[in-house]
Amino acid sequence: MPTVDLAKSSLRDLNQALHQIRKGSNETSWEVINPKGSHAVAAGVDAPVSVDVRGPVGYYCGGMNDGGTITVHGSAGPGVGENMMSGTIVVKGDASQYAGATGQGGLLVIEGNASSRCGISMKGIDIVVHGNIGHMSAFMAQSGNLVVLGDAGDALGDSIYEAKLFVRGKVNSLGADCVKKKMHPKHIERLQKLLDAAGVKGVRPEEFTRYGSARTLYNFNIDNADAY
Amino acid sequence: MCGIVGLFLKDKALEPKLGEMLSEMLVSLSDRGPDSAGIAIYGSGEKKKSKITIQSADPDSDFAGLGNEIEKAIGSKVEVIVKSTHAVIEVPTAKLEAARDAILKARPGVRIMGAGEVIEIFKEVGLPADVVKRFNLTKMSGTHGIGHTRMATESAVTTMGAHPFSTGPDQCLVHNGSLSNHNNVRRELKHDGMTFETENDTEVAAAFISNKMAHGDNLGEALEKTLTDLDGFFTFVVGTKNGFGVVRDPIACKPAVMAETDQYVAFGSEYRALANLPGIEDAKVWEPEPAKVYFWEH
Repeated sequence: MPTVDLAKSSLRDLNQALHQIRKGSNETSWEVINPKGSHAVAAGVDAPVSVDVRGPVGYYCGGMNDGGTITVHGSAGPGVGENMMSGTIVVKGDASQYAGATGQGGLLVIEGNASSRCGISMKGIDIVVHGNIGHMSAFMAQSGNLVVLGDAGDALGDSIYEAKLFVRGKVNSLGADCVKKKMHPKHIERLQKLLDAAGVKGVRPEEFTRYGSARTLYNFNIDNADAY
Repeated sequence: MCGIVGLFLKDKALEPKLGEMLSEMLVSLSDRGPDSAGIAIYGSGEKKKSKITIQSADPDSDFAGLGNEIEKAIGSKVEVIVKSTHAVIEVPTAKLEAARDAILKARPGVRIMGAGEVIEIFKEVGLPADVVKRFNLTKMSGTHGIGHTRMATESAVTTMGAHPFSTGPDQCLVHNGSLSNHNNVRRELKHDGMTFETENDTEVAAAFISNKMAHGDNLGEALEKTLTDLDGFFTFVVGTKNGFGVVRDPIACKPAVMAETDQYVAFGSEYRALANLPGIEDAKVWEPEPAKVYFWEH
């Protein structure tokens, strides 16, 4: 298992080594030590490798991840898993703003809390947060699922498209065009799968409330013509 | 961008290392703003003595003989410690205002960076590492301090545009963000007798807090009022003689992370600034909530 010490090696060396992994490589399990809040740790991984980062990371950890399994044994700065395509990112601690922003696929698990703008403009990613999320989360979320075991801050799902939001705790306020929706059996099934994938135990899908788009912003409403 | 750091010590044993710790924190955030940098240190003051930190574009001629001229004008002994472009002038607290007037009269070209019983402020154009070296900041001791590395947006890259801004005795403020209603607030504060050195938005925030405290608010109350009266993006870190406060605007775009142990409370724009603090592995580390005032006092 290659171990990269960021106190000795540069971030570029680490990321280049990860980018150069070819199909069939035996070096599928990497460890990164001394990240100390470094930016863009393991960004752009495009091979099915696992990367264990021992300590807190800064901006954009695992950004654009496409198939990697990245575990942060600490907290993550802003934009963890930004624009993830596929694969898995697990943050053992808390995540800062815009976790999983614009993510197109894969699974992002935050075992602590996520702060503001979690899942902003998500486009297919699944995000599971064990704790709470901050304000303006899932703003303009287009598709994918955001699952929150704790509470959500203000303006959840503002201007949301077709993403599905499941919150177990209380929601401070809903954003424009975001409404509470009924949980159908297919949602229970979907949620159970997500909880299983995220390693959540002892929590039932029935404990969650579903939120999504009222779809009133999809088309121009002639009654609003005076507003322009 | 801009980078902010702050360190408030609870453990007296760390006080001799304050300058070293704070300098390292600031240098780690150099790439958040390479324009200028500054640090305010709350050191040990002597009873009935106050310090005035001044800056000059021509320190050799401005600082020469200045001590004698002030002594003559105020009739008391003063001590002048020159550090590069800055000088810290120690005067009897009772003669603080007289000394300030005497300095500006004798050397109209110098700028007063701050004054108080314990505060010293050093700021200049340049990278944090250069500013730290220029003023020998790693050797400074103190109880708490704040630092800033600037990426200018709202006013020019000048010494006076660098942070921290000090607008009241032993008070200072650093800011990450930009204010949109600073002209209006400046005008209101001018009506109430506040004076301004620059066109900078952050100076208005500092003066706003100083003004509220001059009207009897404590640090926490003054910080609460920034949330209703100041419009724009901000993360503020504020120092007073015995206190240290943090507040973020309700949208909270500007990053912030804090750490607390039995030995200290620390603030950084990013975790990188906190990564080498003693005991950080076991510290309580959290992101300060939007629109929530945090403050600590000795």
